[in-house]
Amino acid sequence: MSRRARLALFAVAAAALAVTLGIGLAGLPSFGSQVSSYAKLLNVLAPRQRHVTDVVSAVTFDYRGIDTLFEEFILLGAVAGISMLLRPLSDEVRELPEDKVPDRAIPPPSPAVWLLAVLLSSLLALIGLETVTHGVLTPGGGFQAGVVLASAIYVVYLGTNYTTVERYQPDALLEASDGVGAFGFVVIGLLGLLAGDVFLTNVVGLGVTGNMIAGGTIALLNLTVGLEVAGGFAILASEFLDQTAVIRTRTKQ
Amino acid sequence: MSDAVIAVALVWVAASGTAVVLTRDPLQQAFVAGFFGLGLAFLYLSMQAGDVALSQIVVGAIALPLIVLLSLAKVRKGRE
Repeated sequence: MSRRARLALFAVAAAALAVTLGIGLAGLPSFGSQVSSYAKLLNVLAPRQRHVTDVVSAVTFDYRGIDTLFEEFILLGAVAGISMLLRPLSDEVRELPEDKVPDRAIPPPSPAVWLLAVLLSSLLALIGLETVTHGVLTPGGGFQAGVVLASAIYVVYLGTNYTTVERYQPDALLEASDGVGAFGFVVIGLLGLLAGDVFLTNVVGLGVTGNMIAGGTIALLNLTVGLEVAGGFAILASEFLDQTAVIRTRTKQ
Repeated sequence: MSDAVIAVALVWVAASGTAVVLTRDPLQQAFVAGFFGLGLAFLYLSMQAGDVALSQIVVGAIALPLIVLLSLAKVRKGRE
């Protein structure tokens, strides 16, 4: 295609984009306008219908639970794809990390870094557990908690070394956590069918609004999502870390 | 008052987003992108979207820099 034809095509496409974008932007609520009527309705209905105080979790895990189910499997697929792409290839070998100077062990991190890692990793684990268990009460939930929990493992790496962190994250456990978490979402969805209603119906006892265990399946789905995301992000981190630390091109003999 | 906060957040996001594009070195870009992520989290929080802000913080502060920095380390190791 000649330069002239390409420019003409671009001009037509850009004009079409400008028109549609302009119409869309003109329909937006004005700057600083109040929340939409849908949000107002949900703020009133969700605490009554689902006994939760974090309305967002009622939307993501209940009213729109099926969207979150697909997102879970997108994450599962992405993590599986990364694991496939980053496997050791036929011309690569796994060797433990070594110092650039031959015959010298890698010096351990300084005591200050180690102490910081100990404090930070336990704090992150605590915040992760707090976020996943309070998903129905306060902002946050399974996804955010999962990433925070996985990051506790990276901090252990920062404060120690590759061998130590590998001991605390066996691949089988991470993969099981990822898979079981995603599968658990489907199983909880099937409970609705077993109860003679539609998929992902909230059939578990709703509890008292404001309690930590409330919202029926919303709290349970938070737990399974937390399990899946923690496993998934830990696999992601460990695959990238393996590439940097232990996988290297086989030296030609 | 809240309008002023949202306006500050929008300007921050626009300025730091442009800075991410204009930074050419990938290592420096990772840090600028972190600052951009913080701006986005602040914007979501100023619009009372606490859940989204929390997701943005965990992804922007933990997952993204980790992947970028480890990939850069791998690429640089290959060059030596």
